[in-house]
Amino acid sequence: MGLNTSKLPNGPEMYVGEGYGLTQIEKVIGMARANSIWPLPFATSCCGIEFMATMASTYDLGRFGAERLSFSPRQADLLMVMGTIAKKMGPILKQVYTQMAEPKWVIAVGACASSGGIFDTYSVLQGIDKVIPVDVYVPGCPPPPEAILDGILKIQELIKNEPLRRRESAEYNDLLHSYQID
Amino acid sequence: MAEVNNQILGESISAQFGNQVLSVEETYGTLDIVVEKSIIIPLIKWLKTHDKFQVNFLTSLCGVHFPEQNDRELSVVYYLHSFINNIRFRIHVFLPASQPEIPTLTTLFAGANWMERETFEFYGIKFIGHPDLRIILNVEDMDYHPLLKQYPLVDATRTDKDDKYFGR
Amino acid sequence: MINISDDNFEKHKALNGQEQSDQELKQYNYLNLGPTHPATHGIFQNILKMDGEVIVDAQPTIGYIHRAFEKLAENRPFYQITTITDRLNYCSSPINNIGWHLTVEKLLGVKTPKRLDYLRVIIMELARIADHIICNSVVAVDTGALTGFLYVFQWREKIYEIYEEICGARLTTNIGRIGGFERDFSEKVFAKINNLLTELPAALSEFEKLVMRNRIFMDRTVNVGGITGERALEYSFTGPNLRAAGVDYDVRVMTPYCSYEDFDFTIPVGSSGDTYDRFCVRQEEMWQSISIIKQALKNLPKGDFHADVPEFYLPPKEEVYNTMEGLIWHFKIVMGEINVPKGQVYQSVEGGNGELGFYLVSDGGRQPYRLHIRRPCFIYYQAYPEMIKGSMLSDAILTMSSMNVIAGELDA
Repeated sequence: MGLNTSKLPNGPEMYVGEGYGLTQIEKVIGMARANSIWPLPFATSCCGIEFMATMASTYDLGRFGAERLSFSPRQADLLMVMGTIAKKMGPILKQVYTQMAEPKWVIAVGACASSGGIFDTYSVLQGIDKVIPVDVYVPGCPPPPEAILDGILKIQELIKNEPLRRRESAEYNDLLHSYQID
Repeated sequence: MAEVNNQILGESISAQFGNQVLSVEETYGTLDIVVEKSIIIPLIKWLKTHDKFQVNFLTSLCGVHFPEQNDRELSVVYYLHSFINNIRFRIHVFLPASQPEIPTLTTLFAGANWMERETFEFYGIKFIGHPDLRIILNVEDMDYHPLLKQYPLVDATRTDKDDKYFGR
Repeated sequence: MINISDDNFEKHKALNGQEQSDQELKQYNYLNLGPTHPATHGIFQNILKMDGEVIVDAQPTIGYIHRAFEKLAENRPFYQITTITDRLNYCSSPINNIGWHLTVEKLLGVKTPKRLDYLRVIIMELARIADHIICNSVVAVDTGALTGFLYVFQWREKIYEIYEEICGARLTTNIGRIGGFERDFSEKVFAKINNLLTELPAALSEFEKLVMRNRIFMDRTVNVGGITGERALEYSFTGPNLRAAGVDYDVRVMTPYCSYEDFDFTIPVGSSGDTYDRFCVRQEEMWQSISIIKQALKNLPKGDFHADVPEFYLPPKEEVYNTMEGLIWHFKIVMGEINVPKGQVYQSVEGGNGELGFYLVSDGGRQPYRLHIRRPCFIYYQAYPEMIKGSMLSDAILTMSSMNVIAGELDA
């Protein structure tokens, strides 16, 4: 007896039968998380305006499931850091990151968040990966909305393929430890 | 009443304050007046309350650092504007680096508050009588005044960028 | 980290020379309208001292995005500073760029042709419309009306398309050069501008119908966050905030630059300086900008799109590759071997928020000796605690968004 397979749109391959589908629970959870991200827009400067354009109707971020923005870190999944982070803002960014609950992802939008951008000065943090771990970097100054959406799609790929127990693994905890986040 | 132009303004100021006005020049159509520190507040007050000049607007206030000029290293520049006469001019005051103190302008113009804080933060110029003179733009525990010429632009403690690739 | 406790606020207050008794301290609560907040459009912090819902005092803290523009400008050649000026008021970056170019042209004594002036006016007025679109729609969003934002933001996309045709970038445009534009506007650009001019008025009217005489909006914004004209002048306000308070000061009229004296437009002036007046002033300025662009297009003279200054304006690439003079000028300009006059110059333009001024001190080198940027947001934000004293928290939010404080310009 052969098993039929079917693939959910935006979801995993499943062995299907009459009224049931068989797949790994990791993949279903990954699909659910990836298509319902609640982003926290940490918009500081010009990239924030491009984010507003991404949220608006022409480039609509809502089609990817990330319609509901959460400004409270306790209720957010994805920290989108958009814009220059100065040294004065670094501790606040770290505090917002630690307030988020696991699993959480970070996307650094723009050249300033990725590496300091054109501001190689005494007061600008040369990249947010000096204070928090980052998953996806979106280059550009500012990146056009299509690039930001590309970054969101890459985050969705990461989320879909993440092992369930990753957040409790020794490797991940070492990573957090290296940033003095415990 | 005669229209106020650069020449009339310059001559009136020189006449009123005599030899404490160090120089009056016109560059690119704007008057640049250099005065001594002691008369800066009386001068601006006189200009503001003068019934012909009516200098009612402080456009901005900044500092400049000239490390080669001995005893006149730091300069505070006041940009003033009279709406009624549509005339703009600048007043410069030079201060020695050993004693960079100057009275505050906040009693005349409330907008000078943050401008003076910024100038203090960048150059270390102390404004005597300022209600709240502390660092405004940088981190609170910043211990040097960054815009002085002896300090570099890039952060000396950064570890990631290799100078030889950046042409430094 | 800001620790909002009684001691911390006390430390700030003691510096102001005000004493408070323990009795008074206990009856107030302190709310941290922190740097990350959905309604503060930009990162700046306010510690509010509140008596229930009413605000008694506020202590602002800024500098969370201090990028040291003034120090950076001392280390970059003149033509590279245009990219830095983009990031000041990033909602209307062409105005900053053209303001900087005008400053350097004033220092160098460059005379610009009329066609260039008119093209610059078109770009600046488009940028002003874009800036006011953001500000007004965001004021509406803060009262809860999200629809206006979504409808009107599409026109910002159309303006972005026009910028892209001219200079290749959407937001931080780096438009033009010292002495002109890189190339003339093509037919496509004019077609897009004409298209915008035919369709934008309908969209703006629709936005106005939704919001401007809406009872809820008016209840939220009339008599909220007001400031008198005299007090605004004391605080060196400029721009729509000052005009809403009753003082008709506009740099385009007072000290015209870029042939603004050829255009016929009115300056909208409010009366009470409250949030509703600021909204209406910005709305009317958008209509005036549309009228200015129409006049500029109608009267656009033929001529050069750049000034005739081979020492400062990069020659076109065909000349650089094929002629000796082009190659030499290109080398000299980029390597900075041109003699720049020594001196100091101040040029101001009417930005989206008011008088944006550049004070340039040159010592003859290829970098400025000192560049001070007169940033309107930085100067008028000082008055914010005074404007919200006695109002409620939701009014404070609306006052802040109607003042159009852009963080890039605040901290520089």
